[in-house]
Parts: sequence; structure tokens; C-alpha cells
Amino acid sequence: MNHERIQEKLEILADAAKYDVSCASSAGNRTNKNKGLGNSSSSGICHSYTEDGRCVSLLKILLTNHCIYDCIYCVSRKSNDIKRAAFTVEEVVDLTISFYRRNYIEGLFLSSGIFKNADVTMERLVRVAKTLRLQHNFHGYIHLKTIPGASDELMKEAGLYADRLSINLEIPTESGLKLLAPDKNRQDMLLPMTFVKNSIHQYKEEKKIFKSTPRFAPAGQSTQVIVGATNENDLQIIKVADHFYKNYNMKRMYYSGYVPVTQDNRLPAITSQVPVVRENRLYQADWLMRFYGFDANEIVDVAKPFLDLEIDPKLAWALRNIALFPVKIQTAPYEFILRIPGIGVTSAKKIVMARKFQKITMEHLLKLGVAVNRAKYFIDFDTFNPYLKNTDSEHLRKIILQESQSKFRATFQKQLNLFG
Amino acid sequence: MTTLLYDESFEGLLTAVFLIFEQRFEHAEIIKNASYNNTFFSDVIQVSTDQEKADRVLKRLHSQTGHEGVRMLIYSFLSEDIYLEKNILESIRYAIVNTDKNVFTDFAHPSVLQLAKYTKSVGREKHRMEAFIRFEQYKNDVYVAKISPDFNVLPLILKHFSARYQDQQWIIYDIKRNYGYYYDLQKTEEFFLEDNTSLLQVNTNDLHEKEMLYQKLWQRYFVKTNITERKNTQLHVRHVPKRYWKYLTEKKT
Repeated sequence: MNHERIQEKLEILADAAKYDVSCASSAGNRTNKNKGLGNSSSSGICHSYTEDGRCVSLLKILLTNHCIYDCIYCVSRKSNDIKRAAFTVEEVVDLTISFYRRNYIEGLFLSSGIFKNADVTMERLVRVAKTLRLQHNFHGYIHLKTIPGASDELMKEAGLYADRLSINLEIPTESGLKLLAPDKNRQDMLLPMTFVKNSIHQYKEEKKIFKSTPRFAPAGQSTQVIVGATNENDLQIIKVADHFYKNYNMKRMYYSGYVPVTQDNRLPAITSQVPVVRENRLYQADWLMRFYGFDANEIVDVAKPFLDLEIDPKLAWALRNIALFPVKIQTAPYEFILRIPGIGVTSAKKIVMARKFQKITMEHLLKLGVAVNRAKYFIDFDTFNPYLKNTDSEHLRKIILQESQSKFRATFQKQLNLFG
Repeated sequence: MTTLLYDESFEGLLTAVFLIFEQRFEHAEIIKNASYNNTFFSDVIQVSTDQEKADRVLKRLHSQTGHEGVRMLIYSFLSEDIYLEKNILESIRYAIVNTDKNVFTDFAHPSVLQLAKYTKSVGREKHRMEAFIRFEQYKNDVYVAKISPDFNVLPLILKHFSARYQDQQWIIYDIKRNYGYYYDLQKTEEFFLEDNTSLLQVNTNDLHEKEMLYQKLWQRYFVKTNITERKNTQLHVRHVPKRYWKYLTEKKT
């Protein structure tokens, strides 16, 4: 193998794949029973973090960045003048195995530009996964990107070898997609998603009867939307996420703040900043839906359909619903403890366990790692809590903002100044 | 005050605990042999480690605090904290006087909370070692990883790597505590080196001919998968504290 050429290809095809934010390696749960290579633990492992602070868990590359499509937001679009490269199946397999043996990665995340047509591309992706599983007895994690319009037969095969399948919605709204990706249509994305959802369901049903039913995409499917390339609001994005969680059994929704890659009057200016704060607030909103029992309708105010950038969505919700507080820490149900700003899932569970033994005080919360600076305004202890005087939401918001040092403050002010 | 000295093993510590309850010592402390300084005001007992007594303590706690309770004890022990004996003893004392409750979930009790903290720290170090250690392939086809974790987590990470790498020979060696494990494709065995200089100073000639090439490829991948427009050093360092950089192939440039 020519190592210099491999290095060049790796550089081009890693660079082109980096805008896919997903790197999750969880829920694979493959065991290595036959002296093979690798296993995947259900919790996933980040083997490194890039300098932008993102998890590196999988070898995330494109098979090729040759593409017949011309999606404006994408660096690999046909009309873009960039270096092109393509890996062979063997090269991807060798890199995956060699990196895996050195504990660099949990597995492979393979995507591709679309060459010739959807099926030819999909067939090549599936062949990589198949070679890893059947020839190399590889039990590590494999995430394959689904090519819009790929046939059901190929999807079926992909699901047999991959842990996760995903197809990116890219633009949250259908009209936005039409504007920025004229060659793509939403329907081509929804069909494979439906196929994956149904196949997983079918597998689960058959498994009840035949224990030997081959597994189908055990880690489920995920998708990604780009935030800030078109003019949709946060309420629309959250509704889209909710729709896909509920109707397609998505494991994860990824939000990718648009990184300006090109000058075009349909896109934000090339000098515009990546909307990192907005992206973070969307993830917080997503967490509220998945782990905190919030309904999509509660998270954003319909009258103001954007998330508050200055405070997190849970605090914003609490301030809008101040009449529901304070919550009695000693007796309130778990679901309500979870809704107190500054209390996460772990501390909520610990509080519910510990309160069986003794009266919980502010001191205890501090030791348990609760963000008391926010929580203290919303809790009723059995003893007197001096912080409960400020019941006016507007006033309270100001006080909390003054007291807390947001990690985003610097970025936030810069972004505000740009608008102002 | 009664002082019980033990041999630094987990079983030794549990034997000491057993003796304290058997002999009904009101005021007792447990100290490692090596950390003992002679004091005049104390009765000193040299504990001889007894597997059976240790098992009785564990079994008793298992019935009351479950699998999670036993895990907390083991993880706390591996923390090597100077107050671990005191906190373990206090927590067990608390369990003994509240027989009917799973007191290890009372995180408002100071010693129980401390055990929970040890467990969290040791658990996090275990996870970090599973993530951050890197193997280098040697000429003889053995993959070697050298570690020096903050806590003694090597026994905890063995299961993970044994399950993962079954078709390659490997060694994981704790340089700080000078012991390691070797898997020879059949079994995994503990060993230690009288002289570990050959392990510390690696000669590139000892490595597999392709080792440096793959390291280079990985380093280039690491650079290229980063989005420079989103640079966030603070977040980067929070996820990978600088003391772990020594393990990371991608940070060696």
C-alpha cells in the first residue's frame, strides 16, 4: 500500500466528513464470543476530543467526495472546486482494523458522496461493513450513512452488518431543502427511514418467536439537521425533532450549527459566525424532551418561537411557569424534582433516594453537585428559605443572570454586537 | 483508641473491619502497614488477613446494600485515598446499626457521600483509561500500552480489554505501581518487571515496521476531523485534561 497516497486520501475524506456531528458509538452491544476482534459496549466511548471539543469515537470518513449532487450548503457539491479522492473497500477496512487494534476508535462511521447513483454508492458502503464483519470477524461499532433513494434490498443488507443507519434531513423544513438542495427531495429520505423503522420493529417481533433471527441495526437510526442555513425558527426545529422521535423511533437527533462554506445569496454570509449558542440551546431542549419528560409544546413560547439564548430552556420554562414553584424537595414526585432548574437527572435520583433517610437541606444539595445558584429560588425546604422572596419572573431572571457566569457570555456578547 | 494494621489488601481491610465488630472496639482506626507511625497512646493490633472473615463482611453488606454497595467498597478501596479506611469503616458502622435499610443510598451521610465520591472518581478514571490508553504494536506482534492512572484501576479495566482484544497479544502495564497484565492469546496473567527501563525507553527499532505509519495517519486524521471555525480550547481541555495527553498518540507531535 502506498502510504503517502493513503494519507492524502485520509486527509481529504476526513475533512469532508467532519460536518457530520454524530459520533455516537452507544447502544451497539455486540459481544465478542468467538475470539474475534472487538466488542461494543452499550454506553459508548469517546477516545479523544478534537480541539473544537467534539467527541472522537469513530473513524469518520467519506468513501469518496465525488458527488453528482449540487447541494449549496455542502463542501462536496459538484460545482465546488476542491480536491477529490476515493478509498477502495480494502483501504477503509485496513484503516478501521489498524486504528481499532491500537484503541484509537470504537469503530467506523462511513458516509459518501453519491457517485453514479444511489444504489451503486450504497452497495459499496455495505460491502465495507460486510467485509469487516464476515472476513475480519470484527465486532466493533459500524455506523453507515444511508444514501437517499437506495433500494430496500441494500437497506436490508446494510441493517444486517451495521449497528446504526442514518440519513440526514439536512434542512429542517421541506421548503428550505428545495431552496438549497434542488436535486434532493424529502420523500427520498423518508422512505429509507420508514424502511429502517419497520425492519427494526419486524426484527423485534420475529425475535420473540425465533431466537436466531439476525439482528437489524441494533443501535437504531439517527438524523441530523443543519441549524441556521435557512430561516426556520426553533419551534419549527423542535417540532420536527419531536415528530421524528415519535414517528420514526429516532435514537438521536443531531443539530449542526451551519459553518459557512460558500458565498451564495441563498445562504448566510461567508463571514457569519457558527451559531454555537443556539445549537447548544437546541441540544438542551432535545434533552428536556428525551430525559426530563417535557413535551415539545412546553419548551418554546409560541408567541416567541426562538429559544432564549441567555438562559437555558429549563430555567426559561420555570420562569414562564413560576406559579408552579416552589417545589417541596422532601415530598414532591421525582418528575417535579426533575423540573427544578439546576437539578439534573443524576442529582434528582440521588435526592429521591437520600430524602428517605433525612431532611434534605441546601447544604446537601451543594454537596450532591446541584447548581444551587439557580435551584435555590425554586425549592421549598422544610426550613426557611430566604431566596423565595423574589417571585416576579422578570426580576428573578435578572438576579440569576447577574449571579451566574455563563460559559457563553463572551461568545454571546460577540454575536449580539454583530446584530446590533 | 485501638489501631489495626493491615497488609494493604482489600481482604486485609475487610478482616480488620470484621475484628472491630467482633471485638466490639468503640474507638478504632485502620491503617496500612506502610503508613504506620508509632504512637504511644494506642493499642496496636497486627491484622492477619483472613479470606473467610473478609467474605463474611462482604456477604453481609451484599445482602443489605446489594451489588452496588459492594461495588462502592471496591472502587473506594482502589481510590488509595488516605481517608478511605475511615470512610469505609464509618459507612459499614452506619449499615450495621440500620440493618433494615440500604444506607449506602443515603448520600446525605458524610461517609457514604465520600464513598459515592470515591466511586465516581475511580469510575471516571476507569472509563478514561478505557478510552485514552493507546497500544503500540511491537515487532513480535504484541500490542503494548503503558499507563499511570491516578487511581489503581488496572484490575477494573481488564475485563473490558479482555473482551475486546481476543485475537491479538497485548500487555497493559501500570508504570506507577509497577505491575501489568499479559494476554498471550490463551490466558491473561499478572506480572511485574524488576527493571522496567526497556519499557519506559522505547526504541523505534523494537516497534513493528508499520507502527509509526499508522500513528502518523491517526495524527493527520485527528487534525483533519477538527472544525477550526468552532475551536473551543476550554471545552477540549475539560474533556481531555492535560495530564492525559501523555497517552494520546494524536497529541504527540
